[in-house]
Amino acid sequence: MTMAKQYTTRTKASVPAAAAVGLSDVAVRFRSRKRDVTALREVSLDVAPGEFVAIVGPSGCGKSTLLKLVAGLLKPSSGKVRLGGEQVDGVRHDIGYVFQRAALLEWRSARRNILLQAEIRKMPPAQARGRTDELIRMTGLAGFEDAYPHELSGGMQQRVALCRALLHEPPVLLMDEPFGALDALTREQMNMELNRIWRETRTTVLLVTHSISEAVYLADRVVVMSPRPGTISEIIEVGLDAEREYGETLGRPEFRDAAAHIRDLLGAASAHD
Amino acid sequence: MSQSALTKSPPEAEGVVRRAGPSAGERFARAAEQSWRPVALLLVCFAVWWVISAAELVKPYLVPSPGATLDVLTGKAGYLWQHTWVTTYETLLGFLIAVAVGVLAAVVMVYSSTVERTLYPILLFAQVVPKIAIAPLFVVWLGFGIEPKILIAVLIAFFPVVISMVTGLKAVDPEMLQLSATMGARPWQTFLKIRFPASLPHLFSGLKVAVTLAVTGAVVGEFVGANEGLGYVILQANGNLDTPMLFAGLLVMSLIGVVLFVAVEIAEMLLLPWHASRRDASATTTY
Repeated sequence: MTMAKQYTTRTKASVPAAAAVGLSDVAVRFRSRKRDVTALREVSLDVAPGEFVAIVGPSGCGKSTLLKLVAGLLKPSSGKVRLGGEQVDGVRHDIGYVFQRAALLEWRSARRNILLQAEIRKMPPAQARGRTDELIRMTGLAGFEDAYPHELSGGMQQRVALCRALLHEPPVLLMDEPFGALDALTREQMNMELNRIWRETRTTVLLVTHSISEAVYLADRVVVMSPRPGTISEIIEVGLDAEREYGETLGRPEFRDAAAHIRDLLGAASAHD
Repeated sequence: MSQSALTKSPPEAEGVVRRAGPSAGERFARAAEQSWRPVALLLVCFAVWWVISAAELVKPYLVPSPGATLDVLTGKAGYLWQHTWVTTYETLLGFLIAVAVGVLAAVVMVYSSTVERTLYPILLFAQVVPKIAIAPLFVVWLGFGIEPKILIAVLIAFFPVVISMVTGLKAVDPEMLQLSATMGARPWQTFLKIRFPASLPHLFSGLKVAVTLAVTGAVVGEFVGANEGLGYVILQANGNLDTPMLFAGLLVMSLIGVVLFVAVEIAEMLLLPWHASRRDASATTTY
């Protein structure tokens, strides 16, 4: 929310130089004893600041690998990865990361789990506390800030993980199937809240998901990937407004067209596989 | 380990489930309710013992009566207490040294695979060599004081501490480590805030094994050459065919182990309340 408002019309990918995230002709090969496995090849993608990009594809197509490249947790075998205009060379600290599992520290309350980010970054305590309170309100965690992870439902745990990822106001938020372990109803609610939080924070989001409707509902653009070796088969512009009412959006022709198209692409990919 | 709760969570439209752990009172009540059976079993054992000796099924110099044993426990309380204190002191010192050295060794081994590969064979060798067989050697080296007893207690308690601590430090969620890397954590921050606390439940299960083994270690040391301690008391009683004293010594010795074990459990409950309440919850599963 401290980010400027100039990204309100956030549709087409802008010039690569201004991209929040840029991948150009990236390939990742893992060398095992018997053979080389190509996890990703010829992946080029530019994400504009403030844009929400969802990445869908069958299991093992390298979606998670792509996020790890952006975070600098993994080095590409060839090609270039840029984040905030700089080449990624080592683990980056100007991101927030949310995994499928909440990965919370059991011995810390929700609030202190969120504050781990501040402690490690040595943020000024007053600022960190203020920001934590703000995020707790924003994500609907109020009343649960002193609960321990084992006292929280899966959805609540993921809210804590999201708060922790947003505490330092990262320009880019990376989400790796964050709602994959939640039941359908909780997942829908988390989708609505993520849409609202994204509109409030103006953060660039890269979301890996298996759910086509989740991808289309949340994203400006959906990247569809093909399996082994993983590469981008198509990028779909969703063309919906940023503010999306859940039930209404799912009934919109833009939503249905995009979802049907993605389903065709994924079906073709799996038939080919 | 922190993620199992996620998959266990029942579906909730609101995504909000507040499952409070049992209060201290509830936990005590449950412990009392659960402990009557073992207490009853213990009483049955005593009753059988009493019947056997009262009916003189076995000669009294082989199995003394509970009364005779109790007489020794009360009548020679001063003598027993003096030697109990020696054995407890050796056990505790051995245990504490084993914990300090074991935890340190585990940390170094987890952070350096070279050290791990180098140390592991020696560790294993030290573990498999029968302590009772090397005990005489320690007496030759260190004399008849408490040093060889402490050394044997350390040797015997060291292994479970190292193994549990290494397991605990390695059991950290890899995603948690990646997360701390993206936060820009220094290695010592990751260790202090994530790895070390996450390893404590594992460490404590090792400590419970180690503390009971430490008693054995101290007594083994006393058997080989000592003029004080419960091991010495038992050897003396054995030589004199003083079975009531022998039984009294055995009872007190077992009691040391039980008390120390419970002390470690209480320390665990106080230090890791988050873990204790989790374990209680999973222990009550009925399927």
